[in-house]
Amino acid sequence: MPALPLDEAGKYVAASYVVFVALILIYVAIIGAKIARIERQISELVEDDE
Amino acid sequence: MTRTARAILRKDLRIELRTKESVPAMTLFAITVYVLFHFGLDRDSLDGELASGVLWVTLLLAAVIGVSRLFAAEREQGGIDGLLLAPVDQTALFVAKAAAMFLFLTAVELVAVPAFALLLLGPGLGGALPELLAVLALGNLGIAALGALVAALAAETRAPELIVPLLLLPLLVPVLIACAQATEPLFRQDAGPEDLGRWLGLLTLYDVVFVLLSVAVFDFLLED
Amino acid sequence: MYSKGLAPLAAATVVTVTAALSMVFFYAPNDADQGFVQKIFYVHVPMAIVALCGFIAGGVFAIRHLRSGDSSWDLRSYVAIHMSIILGVGVLVTGAIWAKASWGHWWVWDEPVLVSFLVVFLLYCVYYPLRFSIEDPGRQARYSSVFAIAAGAFVPLNFVAVRLAEAYTHPRVLSQTGGSMPGDMRLTFLVSIAGMALLFVTLWKLELTAKHASMQLKRLRNRARVAA
Repeated sequence: MPALPLDEAGKYVAASYVVFVALILIYVAIIGAKIARIERQISELVEDDE
Repeated sequence: MTRTARAILRKDLRIELRTKESVPAMTLFAITVYVLFHFGLDRDSLDGELASGVLWVTLLLAAVIGVSRLFAAEREQGGIDGLLLAPVDQTALFVAKAAAMFLFLTAVELVAVPAFALLLLGPGLGGALPELLAVLALGNLGIAALGALVAALAAETRAPELIVPLLLLPLLVPVLIACAQATEPLFRQDAGPEDLGRWLGLLTLYDVVFVLLSVAVFDFLLED
Repeated sequence: MYSKGLAPLAAATVVTVTAALSMVFFYAPNDADQGFVQKIFYVHVPMAIVALCGFIAGGVFAIRHLRSGDSSWDLRSYVAIHMSIILGVGVLVTGAIWAKASWGHWWVWDEPVLVSFLVVFLLYCVYYPLRFSIEDPGRQARYSSVFAIAAGAFVPLNFVAVRLAEAYTHPRVLSQTGGSMPGDMRLTFLVSIAGMALLFVTLWKLELTAKHASMQLKRLRNRARVAA
């Protein structure tokens, strides 16, 4: 198949990089949620202690 | 170790001969699948790569059924604790189960392969029979070794009948590739082996790697 | 313990990934045959390579876990495999995008790397149901390690088998990731792979730290509850 013209090809290339970035961001978001939960639980422990 | 392995193997074979659970079921299943393929593909006879593929996929699926049952006796009657308490090398259990699976597969193929030739294979089986036997032998070894490992892995899960096919089938893809590619020229009209060495070599490599790996790792599955 | 060296690692990742992205779009020339679409390779192939290495690393950590009985190795193995599966999704999706752009179909069987990756991906997806359907934690860790080792050994064997098979059905006339790559493309590739690898290790350490902290916290809470 002959190479796609630049404007069409650009969309596919952009889509791939968007997928890559999205995966990273989803991952960071999940870790962020996990850290938030850890912080919440620590503050509960600190409260119980006081 | 060999004495223990032989003892366990003898027990499993005796159970199978008495209950006739796995081997007839696997054989019947294989023949049923041939019929399914006849209707699914809408073909009266197959040759070459189609024949090779149908035969090997069917054998693999039948093997999955056998593997799911491999530790069934131990699971249902709590026999595995007895084996674990005995002061023997757990590797013996692996060798016995893999040997049992190998023998079951051989028994199934004694009926299923001629049945395939009868029902679906265009050119006859005679064309390259010794080569076919070599492929079957090496393929069975790989399936047996991996089957024993996967059966043990799945034995402790909540749904082993689901886990076994999901684990076993991807792991057996190299075996399928090698066996199907090796068998394809044997099932042509002008049958004769082609590149057999390459595929037998791949099968041998696969068998060696997984037999050694399973032997090394099996102890960890059973310790408690 | 797990977060040692995390900050410099993250900094190195930022630098390398930024450099890689810049090189991909401003430095590397357009491919003669495929045109601009070839740029997808700079994200697709490094993801595949790093994911495969991640699976094998998971197997190596599993070996250390079985030999030492130290559950921290099991944690490292689990996170490595977990992240490689996520990367695997990315490999398959970007592979499909590339296939559509190059061949007009969303999937092709020509590329042995992509095909063998599909098999590996299907296999590792079973890691979760296997792991989480075993109740006893010690057994769960041990069985997962056995799986990780068998699957890790499987990865190279499978690649060889698929490669051999594809050589028969789809003779590779044009090598896509070519040995005959011009120097500037090759350099961009290497930097992309390095960036992806650093990214993987950074996120791996990040998740290890979070998981470990969460586990320690659970232990503290249980102890506090018992004492109360």
